[in-house]
Amino acid sequence: MAFDSWQEAIWMGGYGFYVWLSFGVSLLAIGMLVVHGLLVRKKLAIMAVQQQQRKQRLARRQQQERQAHNEQSQVKGAQ
Amino acid sequence: MNKASTWQFLRTIMQRDLAVALRRRSDIINPLLFVVIVVTLFPLAVGPGPDILGRIATGVIWVAALLSALLGSERLFRDDFLDGSLEQLVLLPAPLPVLALGKISVHWLLNGLPLVILAPLCALLLKLPIDAWGILMLTLLIGTPMLSAMTAVGAALTVSLGRGGALLSLLLLPLFIPLLIFAAAAVESTLVGTSAYGQVLLLAGLMLLTLTLAPLAVAAAIRVSVN
Amino acid sequence: MWKWLHPYAKGEATYRLLGAWLPWLSALAALFVAVGLGWGLFYAPPDYQQGDSYRIIFIHVPAAMFSMGAYTGMAIAALIALVWQIRTAEWAIAAIAPVGAVLTFVALFTGAVWGKPMWGTWWEWDARLTSELILLFLYIGVLALYYAFNDARTGAKAAAILALVGVVNVPIIHFSVYWWNSLHQGATITKFEKPSMPVEMLTPLLISIAGFLFLTAALVTQRLRNEILKQELHRPWAQQQLGVEAEHGV
Repeated sequence: MAFDSWQEAIWMGGYGFYVWLSFGVSLLAIGMLVVHGLLVRKKLAIMAVQQQQRKQRLARRQQQERQAHNEQSQVKGAQ
Repeated sequence: MNKASTWQFLRTIMQRDLAVALRRRSDIINPLLFVVIVVTLFPLAVGPGPDILGRIATGVIWVAALLSALLGSERLFRDDFLDGSLEQLVLLPAPLPVLALGKISVHWLLNGLPLVILAPLCALLLKLPIDAWGILMLTLLIGTPMLSAMTAVGAALTVSLGRGGALLSLLLLPLFIPLLIFAAAAVESTLVGTSAYGQVLLLAGLMLLTLTLAPLAVAAAIRVSVN
Repeated sequence: MWKWLHPYAKGEATYRLLGAWLPWLSALAALFVAVGLGWGLFYAPPDYQQGDSYRIIFIHVPAAMFSMGAYTGMAIAALIALVWQIRTAEWAIAAIAPVGAVLTFVALFTGAVWGKPMWGTWWEWDARLTSELILLFLYIGVLALYYAFNDARTGAKAAAILALVGVVNVPIIHFSVYWWNSLHQGATITKFEKPSMPVEMLTPLLISIAGFLFLTAALVTQRLRNEILKQELHRPWAQQQLGVEAEHGV
């Protein structure tokens, strides 16, 4: 340890403000990059679920339409 | 046979570009007026004393030249892209970089060369000592072909975007920095009475490098934009 | 050799490979950065000239190194993307650029803060700081071009060309800026280039440099995985990856 106490380590011989400012902002910037990456992944997960739901909705709609069409043609066939 | 036809294509394209550009004279004149107006603004902003004006003259003229190079550059390929002739250019049985170099040459002839001729007027307005006029014009003569080549790269990259103006300056201005540094240093060293030989040689080397590589980049960028 | 590389041109294989690497890279990055910075902050002896303010070097120099290293890496990815038309390489450009830009910002910020106690100003037109500033502009340009197009493929290729144009220019810009600096500043002491550093300072610096190497790799890996998923979102495997994870809440 180059310092005698923690107070001195934070004080850094009078340069504490500059040292801690540069370390703090640097870690903050890199941390924000990591968090942004995680957020993007979360957003992608939401998008994937939405896409899946849309696909399912579309499939259901198509099935309904097909059924309706079939019923119609059955009615026509009966006539 | 093939070689001859490449030359023919090149000549036809350059003649066509010249004819089209000469029909739209305002595109040539407006950037020049821009330079003169910017140069006029500086004495009004910092005061008309010859000591301060003479010191900043080179920088002001060169920065104005860089900005004016960006002004018209959006149109370098835009019209060709919109009417489909850029696509035809890609399909021609001639090497695309050579044709790109032809277009760059025409652009320089119409936008770069007038700037060199205009330089003494700007130097006069900014009270640049008369000994430095020659070297200022020389740096512009060497530098403006590089400006044309680099703006062609940027214009080809952004041609398929609707509005590429601000983006284009973001892409290009950092790449102009070496040119600015060496050109300003050449004039500066003439002003203090030392030889500008080294700086001019460096500029000339940079120009050759740019004119060799930029057409390749322009060709690649056109291929990407057209597809 | 190309046969071995070929599967990684496909998104899924690369995604899985990167997924296997990511925990190791993150752990190594955390370990080396923590040890390097902790050692540098608390255990390295103070500099006889600059006192404790020199401790900024343990973050400034690694960040500056890999801000330029990342640009080179991005340019290599751009070359691969343009020559072999490998899509993973195109996405790597989008993954590397933000990481490089943040490292450039870190180098710039720490350099500026370091300048305050050393030179008395927050901003000094020092050669390294100036070229880091220009590098930041170059990164922003690549990113802006990448995201400017509606068609992602066109944007990636345009950004690739710009990255290659940039990498040709970076050495020229460096040389010109250093030359310009020597012209205008005469004989100022360059605080960054230490002719010889005692071992007690050099060791934590080297550990920190190794840490930033792993950190850069981990950050790029994370973003490249995201980019692959984003581009392959319509594929079943990507949805499976995300769908499973969405239920567990990432």
